[in-house]
Formats: sequence, C-alpha cells, structure tokens
Amino acid sequence: MRKNLSWRKGLALGAVATLVVGVTAACGSSGGSDTAQKSLGKNDTLTITTFGDFGYGDLIKQWNADPDRPFKVHETQIAEWDTWKQTLTSDLQAGTGLTDIVAIEGDAMPQFLADGASDQFVDLSDSSLDNRWVDYKAKAGQTIDGKQIGYPTDAGPEAVCYRADLFKKAGLPTDRAQVAKLFDTWDDYFKTGQEFVKKVPGTKWYDSSGSIAQAMLNQAKYPFQTKDQKVDVDNPDLKQVYDTVAKYADTLSTKAVQWSDDWQANFTDNGFATMPCPGWMFANIKSSAPKVKGWDIADAFPGGGGNWGGSFLAVPTQSKHQDEAKQFANWLTDQAQEVGAFEKAGAYPANIAAEEQLSKSAKPDPYFNNAPTAQILANRAKAVEPDLPFKGDKYSDILGLFQTAIQRVDEGKSPESSWKTFVQAVSQLS
Amino acid sequence: MSDHAPATVGGTGRTSTSRSGQAPPAGVPSPDHRDMRRTPARLTLRQRLSRWDMKVSPYLYVLPFFLVFLVIGLYPMVYTGYLSFFSWPRFGAGHGPWVGWENYSHVLKDPVFHKAFWNTIGIFMLSSVPQVIVATVVAALLDTNLRGRTWWRMSVLLPFVVAPAAAALIFGALFADKSGLVNDVLSGIGLPTVQWHANRPASWLAIATMVNWRWTGYNALIILAAMQAIPRDLYEAASIDGASRVKQFLFVTLPSIRPTMIFVIITSTIGGLQIFTEPRLFDTNLQHQGGSSYEYQTLTMYVFNTANSSTNPYPRAAAAAWILFLIIVAFALVNFAITRAVQKRSHA
Repeated sequence: MRKNLSWRKGLALGAVATLVVGVTAACGSSGGSDTAQKSLGKNDTLTITTFGDFGYGDLIKQWNADPDRPFKVHETQIAEWDTWKQTLTSDLQAGTGLTDIVAIEGDAMPQFLADGASDQFVDLSDSSLDNRWVDYKAKAGQTIDGKQIGYPTDAGPEAVCYRADLFKKAGLPTDRAQVAKLFDTWDDYFKTGQEFVKKVPGTKWYDSSGSIAQAMLNQAKYPFQTKDQKVDVDNPDLKQVYDTVAKYADTLSTKAVQWSDDWQANFTDNGFATMPCPGWMFANIKSSAPKVKGWDIADAFPGGGGNWGGSFLAVPTQSKHQDEAKQFANWLTDQAQEVGAFEKAGAYPANIAAEEQLSKSAKPDPYFNNAPTAQILANRAKAVEPDLPFKGDKYSDILGLFQTAIQRVDEGKSPESSWKTFVQAVSQLS
Repeated sequence: MSDHAPATVGGTGRTSTSRSGQAPPAGVPSPDHRDMRRTPARLTLRQRLSRWDMKVSPYLYVLPFFLVFLVIGLYPMVYTGYLSFFSWPRFGAGHGPWVGWENYSHVLKDPVFHKAFWNTIGIFMLSSVPQVIVATVVAALLDTNLRGRTWWRMSVLLPFVVAPAAAALIFGALFADKSGLVNDVLSGIGLPTVQWHANRPASWLAIATMVNWRWTGYNALIILAAMQAIPRDLYEAASIDGASRVKQFLFVTLPSIRPTMIFVIITSTIGGLQIFTEPRLFDTNLQHQGGSSYEYQTLTMYVFNTANSSTNPYPRAAAAAWILFLIIVAFALVNFAITRAVQKRSHA
C-alpha cells in the first residue's frame, strides 16, 4: 500500500514538475529577441498583415507568379486599423503570433518607437535607401537614436472631396478650381457649409465630426504632448479644435462615427457633401459609393495643408525570416510598387521617385470627374508642414480618447461634461 | 501461476529501481522492500494489476482534465496574480520591478472601473434574473403534453446553436440607433425612438436581450430534464387532493427541481458576470470602450482594454482580472448562502 502511495505521489510530482518547467521554459524563450532564423526556400511563404486596403493584392500576385522570386508571400488584410492595433499590441507583448511584416498606421508609429517598444522591431536601416522617401516620413519611422523601424508606404496629404451634384443643388460652384476658392480657411469652409445646409436641408456639410477634428488637429503644433513628451491636453490649440467641432456638430455634421454602418450608409444616401480626403480615402469613397456620380476633388484644404495617416511596414523581432522580410518590405516601398499601390488604392507614395513619376503622368480619374488625382495630391503634399503636429509616444491613445469625446458631443452630451471625462481618461493613461 | 509470482514480482521490482541506476541483481529483491512484500498475501500479477486498476485507474481517467486545467487554468491564474504586483512597460519583453499593491489601487480608483462594475451588475440583473424565471416557465410548458414535443424542445435550443458573434451582429443591426428595426417599429407606432448606444439603461437592455435570447432555451432544457425526473404519482396525488395546475407547479415542481435550479442559477451568475462578446460587438466606439461614455463596458471588457492601455498594461489588467475573480467568488458565496438558507427553511 505504502509503496503504491509513494509511486502515485512520485508520478504526480513528476508530472507537475515537468509541466511547470516546460511552461516556464516556453515562456522564457518566447520573450527573448533572438529568434532563431530560418531562411525561406522557393515554395516557403513569407507573411504580411495590412489593414484597410494597401493596394498590395496585385503586386503580391505578380511576385508569386514570378518563378525567379526567392520565396512566396501571403497577405492578411484586416478591415480596420483599430482592430489590428489591439492584436498587434498583444501579440508584440506575448512575443509570438505576428506575421513577418506588419503594417503600422502613421499616428500610432510614435508609441512603437518609444524605448522598450522599439526593441521588439528589427532595425531596417540601409544606407542605400537614403533619400528614397520624403524626409518627414522617413524620420517618422525612426527612433531618436536613428534606428529605422518602419519603411514608409504612403503619405496622407489631404484635399477636399465634394459632391458636385449636391453643390449644384445648393447653387454653389461645381467646377473644382472654383470650389477650391471656397476652402481657403476653416472659417470659409464652415461659412459655405452653413449656406449649403440651408439650401439642401436633408444633407449635412461634412461626413463626421471626427474627420474634421482630425484634419484640424493635424495643423496644430502640440495638440496632446509637449516637446519633452509631457501630456498636456489643456492647451488653447486643442481646446479650439474641440470647441469648433462641438459648435458645428448639430448643424453641419452627420454625427456618425467614422467607419460605422451609419457613416458608410451616408455615402450612398446623400448624407453629406464634403469630406477631408487624403489619397487613401479615394478607394474608400469608390467602394462605399460605387454608383454615386458627382464626386470630385478640390485642390485645396482649409487652413493650409494637412497630412492624415500614411503607414509603415515594420518587421517584428519575433519573425523567423527577418532578412527576407526586410527584402520584401524594401521591394514594396520601391518606386514601381508605390506607384502601383497608388493606382490600385490611392495610397499616395512617400517614395520621392514615385511621386515624381505620378505628377508627370497626371492620369485623370474617371470616377472623380476626371480629376488629375496625382497632380492634386502632389500640390497638397507641398502644402503640408512637415513637423505638424508633434506626435508624442501617447499620440494614438489620446487621439482615440479625443475622438471618443467628440462622439459623446455628437450623441448629445454637453461639451463641458464630455471634456471633463476626456481629461479624466487622459490622466488615467499614465 | 503462483510459482512464477515471486520471480515476476522481483522482475517488476528490478525495472522500477534500475532507473535510479542502483539495480540489485535480477530476481533478488532489494532489502528495504523485502519486509513489505512478505506481509500481505502474495498476489499474482493479474491480481495486482486488477487491484491497481481499481485504485489507480479512476485517477488516471480524471488526470487529463487536471493536467489540462493545470496548464491552461491554474498556471495562468497564479501567474496573473504574480504579475499584478509588478510593473511592465508597454511592449516590453519582460516585467519590471515589484510595485506592491499599486496596480490594484489604480484599478480600484479608476472611475471607468466603477462604471464597468455597475454596468456588469446592471446587465446581469437584466439578463440572468429574467432568464432563469422565463426558462423555468418555458420548461414547465414543455413538460405538458404538447403536440410535436420534440420539435418544440429542439426549437427552444435553436438560438444556442447560433454563434454569439453572428447573434451580436444581427442584434446590432436591430438596435442600430438610426437605421435599426426596433427604432423603426417604435416610431411606426408613434413612440419616441431610443438611443440604444448612448442611453445607459437602454444599452443594458439591448445587450441583455441578446444574452437572454441565446441562453434562455439552454437553461429551459436543463430545467426540463429535471422536471421529467419528478415522479408522476406526485402530481396524481396532488390533483386528487384538489391542487390546481399552478399550485402543483409551485408546491410540487419547484421544490423537486431545487438542485438543478441552484446549478442553473450559479452557472448563469458566473456567465452573467463575464459577459464580453455581446457588448463588444454591440460597440460603435472605435476604441471599443463600450460606448462613448462607457455606457456598457463590462468588467471583462475592462480587463481586455486595460491589457492594451499605455502604462503597465499587463499588470493592471492582471490586477483587474483578480478583482473580477474575487467579485465572482463573492457572488457565488452569496448564492450558496441564500440557497442553503432556503433549503434549511423548507426542511424545517
């Protein structure tokens, strides 16, 4: 009997010990940054995750069809950045689960460049790529000590997209050169909007309070954090953006949350007449309203220029194929591929040679009433002030809370109480 | 057989000790085992095996569960508790220094946590309580002599088969603020429309509806099974004594299914306090914070969102998870105490 007991005890103890050791060992090894590298053969697959539409579908198809390419590529597309951000964040911390290349949205890049976070990414620095991208984009993908964490895929110079048919209804000019004159300053923009909604009562002036807030924010110097990364949201610049958007929420805004079903529906049922339009928004408009005729693009932006978004490709250190990943990220952000991505999805290149090529071709886009989209975006890119806004390590987090604060106002909460909730939520971030 | 027994036993002894590298010669029992082996009646291998089978097998059969539980249940729980006392920079590869109870105090002082707590209680009250009541009534109806009984019983379970994500999408469309069917009907009959996402109690009701739709039938079937086990002669006796159908239900059915009721109540309490999928997919806020003013952020959503926040994400989420665990334990104990008290009273 006693022998049986000790045998059982021994077995149990052994099992527990094996498990505990096994589990701890597994955890220990996954946390390290020296992932064993395995080179890829011709039939092996490199993986990449993007969000929205990067316009890579055809490019990757071409790559895979070419027998001379050293490996195959598989792309996972996720619909929205915010969803992908959460997965990316938790998989980075878990040390496992990510693809070889990950796409990172421009506004969120600063938090991945911060100390500690940047160790999770491979340094992609390559002196042969100096001067490949516009300076402010290349710098936005670097850490303070100059490690290149992300290769810029695109830039987001903003124009204004508008519905010429609805403008006609309101008695406004419809020609894009004439329309551009209406959008010189934010005051002009809002004034025209008030005229418009009086004439066309069923339609609002812009697509969402959030997109206007985003556009105005991108012209502020230090919206959320001071130069030394101190969080400071009680500043006049930010307050002005907030007050303006809150003021016009009832009259000019659809009050729909960006990317929501209601927002999407407004594209087809004449919900609004204008929207801030970075190049990558073109594809969104086309897919949301394929049958609507009347969309056009004005070569102007209220208050000067503005850059909304523009993403990066990064390689997490957990990748087992870092060299191949770097090689493929390099290929995707080269001239020909960035031009291809623009033609497919409207992602305006951050690549200088690609920008030059596009502005020479000046191909008209039939969907947008034959607007020379590349030409317009090239002009808009020139208007962008490269250092605006300053994006600290918590930029993306505070931006999310700020958008939520505006959503509360849209839903009918008082701007004052919503602001208080926002300040409170920001203080919980640290 | 019996002649062979000592040799075989010796053989077994050899294999078990030779692993340690100090094997005695074959067939010679090691001295320290000799006394023990002599005292009981000598058994054949087959007998020994069958004795082992009786004693050990049951444990072996339940062992896989406990091994799996150890790896994916107990270990994460203990590690979560351990982690909740450290700092961990965002995206860092490992945890930082010990910070004591700081993460717990951060969570307990967070106004969003307070909101999430009351949201969870609110949704729980609107879901689990009516769910158990309705399930009992439905079960009682199914227990009668309906035509096409099996068909009725299966259709009650139908919502449970639908994936929660699909159900949440359907109900999200029904309860959409502007284009939703529910608001269309409300305005059609001249009632004011409801802001299902911005009005706190309304959002709880919408989410509770999803949960109830999914789980009521499931609970009804469990209760029905208990009802079918009640001896029919009890009802006969009751009706001879002149008890009405309602009285029979109250004084025969309900007391007889009490153990099952306790099971259903406790499982739906635990489930109710861990609601996640429904509110998360119902959410229109881009940051998934359960409505722009956290109207329907639940505690599990709080844990999930905290794990993605900017400072000490994992330790704070770990602290929140442990607080949630303690809340559930407290609820379970209260449940237990109440049902015990009720039972005692009915026995007395």
